[in-house]
Amino acid sequence: MNPTGRLSPHLLHRLLWLLLPPVMALSLLVGPVSLSPEQLMTPGSRDFLILFELRLPRLLLSLFAGALLALTGASIQALFRNPLADPGLIGISAGAALAAVAALVFGGGWLLGALGPLLLPLAAFIGGLTVTALVARIARTPRGISVTTMLLAGIALNSIAAAAIGVMKYFSDDLSLRQVTFWLLGNLHRTDWNSALLLAVLALPLMALLLREGPQLNLLLLGEQQARLLGVVTHRLQRRLIVLVALGVGAVVSLGGLIGFVGLVVPHLVRLLCGPDNRALMPLSALLGALLLTLADVLARLLVSPAELPIGIVTALVGGPFFLFMILYRQRGRLWL
Amino acid sequence: MIAQGLEWHRQGRQVLHGLDLELAAGTLTVVLGPNGAGKSTLLQLLSGLESPTSGAVRLDGEALHGWSEPQRARQLAVMTQDQPLDFPFSVEEVVRLGAWPLGLSPQQEADHGRRWLQRLDLAQLAGRNYLQLSGGERQRVQLARVLAQCGEQSRVLLLDEPVSAMDLRHQHLCLRQLRRLADAGMAVLLILHDLALAAQYGDRVLLLKDGRALAQGPVPEVMTAALLSQLFEVGVDVRFEDGVLRFSSFVADDAFQA
Repeated sequence: MNPTGRLSPHLLHRLLWLLLPPVMALSLLVGPVSLSPEQLMTPGSRDFLILFELRLPRLLLSLFAGALLALTGASIQALFRNPLADPGLIGISAGAALAAVAALVFGGGWLLGALGPLLLPLAAFIGGLTVTALVARIARTPRGISVTTMLLAGIALNSIAAAAIGVMKYFSDDLSLRQVTFWLLGNLHRTDWNSALLLAVLALPLMALLLREGPQLNLLLLGEQQARLLGVVTHRLQRRLIVLVALGVGAVVSLGGLIGFVGLVVPHLVRLLCGPDNRALMPLSALLGALLLTLADVLARLLVSPAELPIGIVTALVGGPFFLFMILYRQRGRLWL
Repeated sequence: MIAQGLEWHRQGRQVLHGLDLELAAGTLTVVLGPNGAGKSTLLQLLSGLESPTSGAVRLDGEALHGWSEPQRARQLAVMTQDQPLDFPFSVEEVVRLGAWPLGLSPQQEADHGRRWLQRLDLAQLAGRNYLQLSGGERQRVQLARVLAQCGEQSRVLLLDEPVSAMDLRHQHLCLRQLRRLADAGMAVLLILHDLALAAQYGDRVLLLKDGRALAQGPVPEVMTAALLSQLFEVGVDVRFEDGVLRFSSFVADDAFQA
């Protein structure tokens, strides 16, 4: 099964795994401080600390955040049966950010004491879940999910969330304000081992669970009724996906902020190269997402060196034009690429 | 498969009125009727996608709505009219998706899919992007997908206008495959608009009008000029020539004047 013009998924898999080590090495070596090889061998030296305490956790975070964003993007596209769905576009990320900001501004004291580092992921999860369920409910028609309604609802929810975050800034003290601003642009540069490990611990089971749904998601692409007739208990599948996607987006938003376009562009790219079969598309998207977000993080450090761009700006600068290009491409007569 | 006293209400409007229907193994039943008569609704109820307001659909004496989706999918294959697939799968991939309920190994699934591609004259299109096909070709691919769902446990096949967009040759090619499945022991229900095809391939016919069975029974008894004229509200002539039923329709000049 390899229609003309498609790359074999195995080949792309091998290619991406080959590219991963050099990209990881690049991410470890590039930064405002250039590391010297001798110093790296000396535990406790400055370069050693930069590598192990700053760059390594940051690499881990960018890998898992990229994989999770791309995989949740692919999942939500199958769930809504539309290649234009994206956690950022339809407001899931904004809902997650709003809830995280609210938790920070209003619940900073006792809530933080009770939940510790889990406060923000938990709040972001609840925010993301609310928005996903809301969009699914709003865009639902007897014939399935309406794409136009879904995108319009996303626009509205994005604005509402942005406005609510704006309002909350007035209530926040100086420290929270800085933390809030840090989120909204998407940022990995304050990563420590705690957040990197937390994301890894959340991401691994989530990714395993999402990847298991590949075959059933293929059937869902045929249509909701068709999937039911092929033996899929669609309402349960949809509920599982909404919870998993909200958890994934919540985890990334709470630890890395708003990072747009990865969930949209990466699955699209893989679909263009290898076709829409989710059994291949989902693992490949995760891999390519990890790779590209790590590269974006390297760019974020290089472009305005020695300062740093928020990574959300980099992904928007690269992903935005790519998205426009895809829309143009579709307009010229070929559907979904 | 037996349906008894099927009633169905939608938004206060009654679409089906106490319909009885039996689909016996080895029989191909055709449903004929004007637009909006409740044909597709009937198929939705028979397929278990919707539960009837009253009455029941039973397969081997068991009420269908008690079945789990996977259990139902192994015995019942259904082609609905609406096929909203919007992703660039290849033709072969679409057909192979149909075999999912059978739980085949990848190799078996590939062989199974290829058999149905060949039977429906799709082998040359196997690698083509589904989204770039014509309407009739897409319909043939979706039919192949639904037929690929039929395995050893399959009992019932329900199809809503499966050949409406196809050219003549492919209409016959596809209907012959359905006839073959019926002859092999499956209960097949077809919604059609073409009277000649219905008479040629069907064993039994159900005439559905305003949610009621106007008549049902073997083709020669039910597909009469009187009943068909009453069903479609136009004149229908039926002649028996060279062993086949021939149909022609006519309307009076002032038939559609307000």
